[in-house]
Amino acid sequence: MSTQTIEPGTPRTSTRPDAPRPVRRGRGRLALRYVVLIVLALIFISPLLFMLVTSFKSRIEAAGIPPTWIPKNPTLDAYRTILDSPGTPVLRWFANSMIAATANAALVVATSALAAYPLARMSFRGKRIVFGLIIATLFVPPVILVIPNYLIVGDLKWLDTLVAVIVPSAASAFGVFFLRQFFLSLPRELEEAARLDGANSFQTFFRVILPLSRPALVTLALLAFLTNYNDFLWPVYVLFSPESQTLPAGLSTLQSANSVRYDLLMAGAVIASVPVLIAFVLLQRFIIEGVSRSGLKG
Amino acid sequence: MTASEANAPERLEVVPARAGTSGVAGRGGRTGVRESAPYTPWLFLTPYLVLFIGFVIVPVIYGLWISLHDYDYTLPGKPFVGIDNYVNLFTSDSVSAGPFWTSMRATGIFTLFSVPLLLVVPLGVALVMHQRFPGRNIFRAVYFAPYVLGVAVVAVLWRFLLDRNIGVVNHYLGVIGLPDQTPWLTSIPEAWVALVGVTVWWTLGFNAVIYLAGLQDIPGELYEAAKIDGANAWQSFRHVTLPGLRPVLSFVTMITIIASANMFGQSFLMTQGQPGTQTRTVIYQIAETGLRGFNMGDAAAMSYVLTFVLMLLSVGVFRLFQERS
Repeated sequence: MSTQTIEPGTPRTSTRPDAPRPVRRGRGRLALRYVVLIVLALIFISPLLFMLVTSFKSRIEAAGIPPTWIPKNPTLDAYRTILDSPGTPVLRWFANSMIAATANAALVVATSALAAYPLARMSFRGKRIVFGLIIATLFVPPVILVIPNYLIVGDLKWLDTLVAVIVPSAASAFGVFFLRQFFLSLPRELEEAARLDGANSFQTFFRVILPLSRPALVTLALLAFLTNYNDFLWPVYVLFSPESQTLPAGLSTLQSANSVRYDLLMAGAVIASVPVLIAFVLLQRFIIEGVSRSGLKG
Repeated sequence: MTASEANAPERLEVVPARAGTSGVAGRGGRTGVRESAPYTPWLFLTPYLVLFIGFVIVPVIYGLWISLHDYDYTLPGKPFVGIDNYVNLFTSDSVSAGPFWTSMRATGIFTLFSVPLLLVVPLGVALVMHQRFPGRNIFRAVYFAPYVLGVAVVAVLWRFLLDRNIGVVNHYLGVIGLPDQTPWLTSIPEAWVALVGVTVWWTLGFNAVIYLAGLQDIPGELYEAAKIDGANAWQSFRHVTLPGLRPVLSFVTMITIIASANMFGQSFLMTQGQPGTQTRTVIYQIAETGLRGFNMGDAAAMSYVLTFVLMLLSVGVFRLFQERS
């Protein structure tokens, strides 16, 4: 494989043959670089490895010193205990988290895409005000919404239900901004052609724009899913009964109930991490590029 | 306003983009195009605007209204008190001022120490990752990985690792001959070191990825030109990389300050605000005042004061980067 792998977004200039190529400088230096990088990377992810290892330990070994990196008697006791306990229904939390994050991501993508299209492509009275208002809220600290939204959600009888963690956070200013930028980058010719064929705005949007935007939609869906799945403050305060909690709120409950049972806490943390780590490994390209593109708006 | 009027500017906008290709033909073919109605954009916008107005615009105004009332969720009467809640926050002997300013101080300390680290360390990581070498994407993914975990996982994990007696951090510090009984979570200043350190570990990859995208946008010619002019590595970093990164740097500075000022989960789960309430951040205090104590008037006033401070800070940062240009 060539060492000059080019990623999308890399400027062409750096592929020129006279661009600096540190790789060629010498085998010794390269080996040293790898040793340093691998050691640092191992230290960096060792907390996550230790979390995984501890979740397979017995109660006593988990609290033992010196720490063991390979369980002496690997056991699933920790998982069994938290899955069976009625006060900490971890499987229910897992289902709640998946349902909430999926529904929220779907809502974010659907509403943002619909809103971003006219803001990118149509001209109408009030467009500037609407767009300006949406962008302005990118700079509103979310804490300001917490107290009033708690009361609004209470009036809607949504407290202690998943709707409370699905709907209010779905109004994503970032989603609209992100998709509008993407739509602006699409060539207009295809839409013009669709229009000439007699398609109306909705048909153009659904048949031309959306299929072309799949990478951006996937990226936004993933970022929205991660944000919702990991959200902590809001679920901690709006979901109180054990069976309505999401995993992050549930971990807090688990910690209060078993503050020194680290085998149980690590098992809970592993269960909460697995879906997002799998998603990250499979789809890291979308996630990392979504984040890096978010920086280019500055 | 008729449909054709509404669409007129859009049509004009299209022409320059197509000029030189099929502009003329495109114009001629327009008569056959179905015009969309003036309400069409609003049909597209409606689902979003319902959520946006209901859960963003209305709450911003409603929050202000709450902050002007003695708003206790559990009591029937919620009398209008004008700006009393705000005045109380600035009156040293009131019930709300003490906890509020203690928590503002905690947030200030955390922000002051975490932001510089979160600006510099990820930049170093990004500079290493910017050079091409096989396996680069794997390392990039490793450094980014903690960020995809939520704060709940991160904080529960690190409370274990930093446990005074059975934590691995103290154990390995002891192994290399350092004190092995450090109270990372219950004492000041150790707790700040722990909270800042964990946050750097958790979010470093996020900033690094943004820097990396910025680095890739700096044209390679600039480095070549600097080399021809005899610049060493430091000089080309100072005179090419840093100026080239300025927009990204100002963006990263801004979002890092905002993220640090909004710190909550680490303090809630790792230190529970201990010792006393010294590591209880302002977000933690607002949530506890409003959503546990149900003194929503006070909590709303606190959130507006915090927002005002953050806005001043943002303007300051913005000015700083403007002047450097």
